[in-house]
Amino acid sequence: MRLQYPTNIKVVRVPCTGKVDVLYILHSFEKGADGVYLVGCLEGGCHYNSGNLKARKRVEQARKILDTIGIGGERVRMYNLSSSDGPLFAKYATEMDEKIREMGPNPIKLAKKKKAA
Amino acid sequence: MSGLESNQTTIRGSVMIAGGGVGGMQAAIDLADSGFKVHMVQKDSSIGGTMVMLDKTFPTGDCSMCMISPKMVEVGRHPDIKLHTLAEVVSIDGGPGNYRVRVKLQPRYVDAEKCTGCGICEEKCPKKVTSEYEQGLTVRKAIYSLYPQALPNTRAIDRDNCIYFQKGKCKACEKFCPSDAIIWDDSEQDIELNVGAVILSPGLERYDAGMRQELGYGRWPNVVSSIQFERILSASGPFMGEVMRPGDHKHPEKIAWIQCVGSRDSHNANPWCSSVCCMYTTKQAVIAKEHDASIQPTIFYMDIRAFGKDFDKYVNRAKEEYAVRYQRAMISTVREEPGTGNLILRYAEPDGKLVDETFDMVVLSIGFQPHKEAVAFAKTFGIELNEHRFPKTDPFVPVETTRPGIYATGIYQGPKDIPETVMQGSAVAGRAMALLSEARGSETTVIEPPAIKDVKDEEPRIGVFVCHCGINIASVVDIETVVNHAKTLPHVVYAGNNLFTCAQDSQEQMKAIIKEHGINRVVVAACSPKTHEAIFMDTIEECGVNKYLFEMANIRNQDSWVHSATPEVATAKAGELVQGAVARAASLSPLDEKKIPVIQRGLVIGGGVAGMNAALGLADQGFEVVLVEKEADLGGLATRLTATIEGADIKTYLNDLIEKVAGHPKIQVLTDALVTGFTGFKGNFTTEVIVGTGMYERKIEHGVVILATGANEYVPTEYLYGQNQNVMTQIELAERIEQSGAEDLNQVVMIQCIGSRNEGNPNCSRVCCQSAVKNALRIKKLRPEANVYILYRDMRTYGLMEDYYMEARGLGILFFPYDPDNPPAAESAENGVVVSFQDQMTGRQLKVRADVLALSAGMTPEDTEELANILKLARNAEGFFVEAHVKLRPVDMATEGIFICGTAHSPKLISESVSQALAAASRATTILSKTQLTLSAVTAEVEQDRCASCLICVRSCPYGVPRINEDGVSEIDAALCHGCGICACECPAKAIELNWYKDDQIICKIDALLEGAV
Repeated sequence: MRLQYPTNIKVVRVPCTGKVDVLYILHSFEKGADGVYLVGCLEGGCHYNSGNLKARKRVEQARKILDTIGIGGERVRMYNLSSSDGPLFAKYATEMDEKIREMGPNPIKLAKKKKAA
Repeated sequence: MSGLESNQTTIRGSVMIAGGGVGGMQAAIDLADSGFKVHMVQKDSSIGGTMVMLDKTFPTGDCSMCMISPKMVEVGRHPDIKLHTLAEVVSIDGGPGNYRVRVKLQPRYVDAEKCTGCGICEEKCPKKVTSEYEQGLTVRKAIYSLYPQALPNTRAIDRDNCIYFQKGKCKACEKFCPSDAIIWDDSEQDIELNVGAVILSPGLERYDAGMRQELGYGRWPNVVSSIQFERILSASGPFMGEVMRPGDHKHPEKIAWIQCVGSRDSHNANPWCSSVCCMYTTKQAVIAKEHDASIQPTIFYMDIRAFGKDFDKYVNRAKEEYAVRYQRAMISTVREEPGTGNLILRYAEPDGKLVDETFDMVVLSIGFQPHKEAVAFAKTFGIELNEHRFPKTDPFVPVETTRPGIYATGIYQGPKDIPETVMQGSAVAGRAMALLSEARGSETTVIEPPAIKDVKDEEPRIGVFVCHCGINIASVVDIETVVNHAKTLPHVVYAGNNLFTCAQDSQEQMKAIIKEHGINRVVVAACSPKTHEAIFMDTIEECGVNKYLFEMANIRNQDSWVHSATPEVATAKAGELVQGAVARAASLSPLDEKKIPVIQRGLVIGGGVAGMNAALGLADQGFEVVLVEKEADLGGLATRLTATIEGADIKTYLNDLIEKVAGHPKIQVLTDALVTGFTGFKGNFTTEVIVGTGMYERKIEHGVVILATGANEYVPTEYLYGQNQNVMTQIELAERIEQSGAEDLNQVVMIQCIGSRNEGNPNCSRVCCQSAVKNALRIKKLRPEANVYILYRDMRTYGLMEDYYMEARGLGILFFPYDPDNPPAAESAENGVVVSFQDQMTGRQLKVRADVLALSAGMTPEDTEELANILKLARNAEGFFVEAHVKLRPVDMATEGIFICGTAHSPKLISESVSQALAAASRATTILSKTQLTLSAVTAEVEQDRCASCLICVRSCPYGVPRINEDGVSEIDAALCHGCGICACECPAKAIELNWYKDDQIICKIDALLEGAV
């Protein structure tokens, strides 16, 4: 299909979105990511029964933390699709990119840059 | 012939499979995993069959290709499966156990050894040819592969369309081929295969919709066949998944499906029911609506035959949630409306009124028929065909042809859907295994495990191999830049590039480089680990590097393909992806795959037809079997049955079967036995059973479980059942006719769907329509003057059973459809019952006085609630066991090592139960035939010192694996762990880590990918 999507998205492979720790999400922001999103199986269609549902909860948890510390919970999202949903994958990537551009860079990054300067 | 006879005493440990569709593939995998060599002979240039053409499958909406391609990869990579494509069997001689098969190979004109499947030749070939795979909706090239994921992925030249072959010049493919793989003087070859058994799975062909001229296929551009519509729906199809009319690429709103095109029609078509069209049509209507909510689907049908497991639930959803309109009507003509491309359908409503209705697009639901050359094919193999040119088989041994050692399977054996095809693929494998069991392992490849170097204390020395993938990566990404970047990364001692890293010669080169540079961790920057990881892991293991010291960077699917518009950015991103992979590779540690011994004994639960056949399937291969039956006698529901619809005598069959099982030296039968405890895992189970009236306890150790707990006939509460002795079920009616004939029967009424397709049980019970037709025919033949009325909702005499339905209509048996909202009523009369119902044609209320009212009662599963709890197995709302995957794993349960067959899975006929039982035995043999099993090393492990015994892991594991051990801390059995990693993330003490995905192995990759961001 080779549908184009933004180049600033990099994929980290995990066996299941249920393996994505809140820690990984928060750590990514600490290291300067502007957004993080999880792509899991459709709800009810998890290869491991319930991993994607756990992931959704963790995304909610991460969002709350990010909201509290002023980074913005909207920078984290959960998407669900099936392995045949190529066009949706590209659509979500674009959507995420647009959302993050709208929100601007990760404030941690700005703060660190300021500190360095 | 004489040379052969001397050979015939040797039983060969190999099987030839003719046909590489999903059924053939399943048979091949089961056989090869059970110690037999397989030769798969396929006429086309690639295997795959029909399933690879489908867009999605119901009820899950999973993409068909995504499901079948892992299976194809498995077939392609299996050391004991040899593919022979563009191949046809010419002749066969010998006998069961030792056949000599001559096969003719058509020239491919491409060297499979050299070709890497890069596809440059196809891109450069100037000749466009109508694509068979895309059903004529688009074009392919003269050098081609059938479809993008084709296996083997070696291209083939279509000689009839090649410009060079036809006109003597061009050779563009040769000019551009980077591997020098084109062979112009390739020629036809004859090979000889010596095998013990032969499996025929050539499939069927699709009916040519053009034969029904009145429906306008081939004449009106917006009339398409159902297989064309699959391609239209497909995201990889001609319209990229947009629902468009081929004529003008407009989006259709009103789409009509016309059922039974080429089926259930003796004029210019086929008399049988193709079994699958009702459901694929429903699926197409649902998926089309999902693609484009403005679509209004209408399905024109005779009977909706949703007879499979949970099918009616799906049809109900289509009606209620997707507003799919089902209209019972036969379409007499399809005309095009001048100027608009729209189509006018003429049909009669149930009351006879003629209607013209306009649609934007029409889909013809075409059926299956035997290949044109079916007779010659059968002659080649020396097997007999039935009157419809399907192979002649027996209901009690449904996969055996008339020639011993030659088996038939899949839709070639008779129309059926994907799960039944997969099931029967396993079933034939099971029969072949039983025939050849003494030769198991005699022709298979023995792979000596290489000695693995201990690198635990060594500094990481990483080798990075960057792939061009022909032009797939290299035309966008600057490979040299990526290689140079890799050389600067920590621990990297080598970085280089290959045209095709996966090619045979590159793999050899890689091994040499690993040795030369003392590399102890490998990164391949190429394509998707989903398809290629296993290949590279094997390669590095061959030179002594633990296979888990490996990581891929997907710079093709995640980079060059999706960022081709910005090559410079893509190059930079490729460098970053490699950086992430190198960081992770450095953090990896070697992992051992544990081996566990297998207890080579089977446990079968349930001693009906399915359980007994499954037990024999294993015992005939020499495995010990314990058969547990909770009743005092073997036989199950079949003890109440008399004959099949074909007239085969069930009582005699059952007695023979019981005798065989009871007398088999390898089978131990425990009757009056109840399962009370169950522990263990695949290969190593322990089951506790209480046996006999003495209630003594037995502990059985075994490697597999086959569930065959069966079902019963529903006991009606409807229509005076139990109150009036003239009201009886179909089984009771059959018994009555058997005992006292039909002399006293002048009028018989039958009512369908009792205890099925209602609120309590939304599903069809599958067997009742044929029971009604069977009993009605029996009555009519014994007493021709009797009147038999069948009141039905949809007559579901699927497949070749349609013959009997037609015969019944021909003999004057009267069929009246009824509306479930206005069902028939019955009241007692002297020596009988008066049944009243509405005739839908005239709208009049009719009354019939019946000597017997037969209720077509559905099937209810045996009560297995306790058993399901003990074995921790899932059942559906109706109490039937739920298989691991509705399409491709119809015999496996989600817990590995447990298999399901017969009516415990869903209602089915005896022949279907036998098929599934043989299949369960075959699947079970893939475990029992091994002395030990290798487990994946990607499992969760508890650091017990940190465990606070909070039980969160116990609760969060989807498979119930973690347990609190004797020391009071959590323990995870590696043999049971599925490797999802959920527990590792939930554990608040961070005491659990998932091997190969440890926290630091993921975090270091995140760090590397984000380097320089702050």
